[in-house]
Amino acid sequence: MTLLEFFTHNSGELGELVLEHLFLVVVSTGIAVLIGVPLGILLTRKPGLSKPILGFANIMQTVPSLALFGFLIPLNIYLFNVKIVGGIGARTAIVALVLYSLLPIIRNTFTGISNVDPAIREAGRGMGMTDHQLLFQVELPLALGVIIAGVRVATVICVGTATIAAAIDAGGLGRYIFRGLRANDNVLILAGAVPAALIALAADLLLGYLEKTIQAGAAVKVSSRKLLWTGAAALLVFLGVAYFFLGKGAGRIAVGSKDFTEQVIVGEILAQAIEAKTGAEVVRRFDLGGNLAHDALIAGEIDAYVEYTGTGLLAILKEKPLADPQEVYRRVKSEYAKRFKLEWTEPLGFNNTFAILVRGEDAKKLNLKTVSDAAKVSAQWRAGFGQDFMSRADGYPGFSKAYGFHFEATREMDLSLTYRALAENQVDLIAGNSTDGLISRYGLFQLDDDRHYFPPYDAVPVVRQAALEKYPALREVLKQLGGILTVDEMRKLNFAVDSEKRQARDVAREFLRQKQVLH
Amino acid sequence: MASQTSTIKFQDVNFVLPGGKKLLANLNLQVARGETLVLLGRSGSGKTTTMKLINRLIDPTSGQVEVEGKATLEWDPIKLRRRIGYVIQEIGLFPHLTIEQNIGVVPRLEGWEPDRIAQRARQLLNLVGLDADRFASRLPRELSGGQRQRVGVARALAADPPVILLDEPFGALDPITRRGIQQEFKTLQQELGKTMVFVTHDIAEAFVLATRIALLKDGEMILLGPPAELLESSDPEARAFADCFHGGQSIGRPA
Repeated sequence: MTLLEFFTHNSGELGELVLEHLFLVVVSTGIAVLIGVPLGILLTRKPGLSKPILGFANIMQTVPSLALFGFLIPLNIYLFNVKIVGGIGARTAIVALVLYSLLPIIRNTFTGISNVDPAIREAGRGMGMTDHQLLFQVELPLALGVIIAGVRVATVICVGTATIAAAIDAGGLGRYIFRGLRANDNVLILAGAVPAALIALAADLLLGYLEKTIQAGAAVKVSSRKLLWTGAAALLVFLGVAYFFLGKGAGRIAVGSKDFTEQVIVGEILAQAIEAKTGAEVVRRFDLGGNLAHDALIAGEIDAYVEYTGTGLLAILKEKPLADPQEVYRRVKSEYAKRFKLEWTEPLGFNNTFAILVRGEDAKKLNLKTVSDAAKVSAQWRAGFGQDFMSRADGYPGFSKAYGFHFEATREMDLSLTYRALAENQVDLIAGNSTDGLISRYGLFQLDDDRHYFPPYDAVPVVRQAALEKYPALREVLKQLGGILTVDEMRKLNFAVDSEKRQARDVAREFLRQKQVLH
Repeated sequence: MASQTSTIKFQDVNFVLPGGKKLLANLNLQVARGETLVLLGRSGSGKTTTMKLINRLIDPTSGQVEVEGKATLEWDPIKLRRRIGYVIQEIGLFPHLTIEQNIGVVPRLEGWEPDRIAQRARQLLNLVGLDADRFASRLPRELSGGQRQRVGVARALAADPPVILLDEPFGALDPITRRGIQQEFKTLQQELGKTMVFVTHDIAEAFVLATRIALLKDGEMILLGPPAELLESSDPEARAFADCFHGGQSIGRPA
C-alpha cells in the first residue's frame, strides 16, 4: 500500500489523529505562553531570578521524554479536585510538552523586553506612565516580534515532541509512528511522520509570517479591549483543558497495555472479556511505552494490564533471575501484593521469552538447532539487538557470556527493526520475542535455549486489588482467561495483526468467540 | 500661594550615586513662571541630573526640589510627570505608534476622548510646523531627524503641561536644521509662555533661547543670570564657553 492509498483509506482516522495532535500542540503551547510570558516579564523586573528560572527551563529541555513521562505519571497532583499532573493520557503529555516549550518563550520574552531602547523606556517613564502602562503599551508591543519568534520555536518543538505522547495514550500522529515501528511498516511510520512534519512546517511559516509583519513595525495597539479578548481566550483554553481532564476516568474499568502488538491483542482480549462478562464500561489505555503501564497501574490510572513474570521479577522488583517458572510466579505474586497492592491472577498460558533467531536458510545450511550450535560458528557474525536487550544485565552481557558468543559486531536498534535487519542480511542473529508473528513472516528459525539461560516470561494479567474488590465479577473473568493462549496461538494472533494488517480488536474478538468466551 | 512667581525651586539639593560619586552639590535655584532656564555645561556637569530631579526620575540624596510649591517627594510621581512635558535627545518616540498616537500618549493616559486626542494631535502638528494630513498616520521611522524632533516637542506639549523639560532636544540634528528649529522653537516659546528648563552644551543655542542661564561645572552651579552676564564673567569656565560663542558667531561673518 502506498502512502496516498493509505491516506485515502484511512482519511477519517487520520483526521482524528491530526486533530488530537493539534489539540496537544495548541493547548501545550497556549499554556506555555500563559506561563512563560509572565515569567519572562518577571525576570525583567527581578533579574536575580533569571539564573534559577532559565536554568530550570534549560534542564527540562534536556530530559528525555519517556523519562519525564515516567516521572510525571505517579505524581498525582490535584488543584481544586482536578488532577493536573500524573497518570497517563493527554494531561501528562500536555504537562511534559509545556515543560519542553517553556524555555524559548521565557528566554525570548526576557530578551525582547530587555532589548527595548532605554531612551524609549525613559521617555515613557518621563511622560508619567506607570510600570504597568509602560509594560503593556510600550515594552510588550515592542518585544512582541521577539516573543513570537520564541513561541514559533516552542511550537515546532511541541509538534515534534507530541508524537512521543502516543507512548502514554495521549493520541496524536505518534500513534501511526509507534504502530508502524511495531509492525515494521514504513507506510504507517510515514503516515504519522509526514503529516507531523507538515504541521510543523505550517506552524513555522504562519508564525514566521506573523513575526515578520510585527517586526516590520506594523502599528500594534494593545488596547484594553484586545487584552480583554486575550484574557477571555485564555480562560476558554483553560476551561477546555479542565473539561478534558474531568471528562476521563471515574466509574469505569481501565485496561492498559504496553506498546507492542501482542500487548494490544491481549489487552483487547482482556477488555472484551471484561465488557462481556461484567457489563462494566471498559476504557482502553493502550500503547504505554517502557514501564509506563506499571506506573499507570500503581497510580490507579488503569486497573489491569498483562505483565510477564520475568519482567515483573527483574525489571520491576529488580531481583535476581530464577529459572523455575512456578517459583517466579509465586515470587512476583507475593511481592506485588505486599509492595503495590496488585494481584497477579491466572497466567494466560504462553511464555513470551527471548527467542534467539537466525535466518531459516542459515539454520538449514549450518545445521543449527540450539543456541550453543550457533555460538560455535558465530565468530564472523553480526548481531542486532533491541535497546532493551542490550541494556539489561540478563540481556546481552549475561547471554553472550553464558554461551561464549564473540560477534564480529553488535548493532543496537529498535527491536521491531531487528527482524527486518536479519531478513535483509544486515545482521546474522537477533534476540526477538518467541511469540512474534514476524518470525514466520520472515521465515526465521528459533534456536533452542539449551542452557536455559532466559528466565520465563509467562503472560499474566496484573490487577489492582481495589478494582477486584470493587468489581467482584472481574475475578471470574480472569479465571476464565487462565491458560487460554498457547505460544503457537499467540504467534498466530500476532501474525494476523503484524503481517495480515488486521485490527487487533477483530482478531481478539474472533479468538474469544472461538474459545467460547464470547458468543 | 507660597510661590506665585517660581514654579520650580531647588533648595540645598545634593545627589550622590550609591557608589559615593557626587553628581550634584548644594544646588539652589528657582525657575520663574514663564521663563526659560537653560542649564549649560560640559558633559558630566550635572545638567541632566538636575533635570531628572524635577520630574522625579531620580530623588535627591538631600535637600528638596519643589514643583508648584510642593516638594517632589510629596508628589505622586505619575501625577507629577503628567504635568511636566519631557523631551529627550534620543527623542524616544514609540516606534510602534503612529505620529498621531505618539502625540496622544499622555492625553490617552489622562483619559481624553479619542476625538479630542486626534484634534489636539493635529493642532500640535501644525503648531510645530508639520502638515497634519501628511504626517499624522506615519510611523516615526518614516520621518527625518528634524521632523521627529518636532514631533517630540509636540508630544511634550500634548496635555498642555505648565512645565516642559528639554534635555538637549536638538543635539542629534545637523547644524543647519538645528539653527532653523531653534528659531522656530523660540517663536513657539514666546507664543505659549510655558515654563521651560532646557539642557544644552551649545552656548549659541543657550543664547537664542535662554531667559537666564545656569552654568554648571562638576555638579556645582557657578553662575546664574541673563546671557549677557555670562559673557562678562571672569570665571574661567564661563570664559571658555564665551570664547566658543564668539568663535561660533564669527564663522558666518564676512572677514
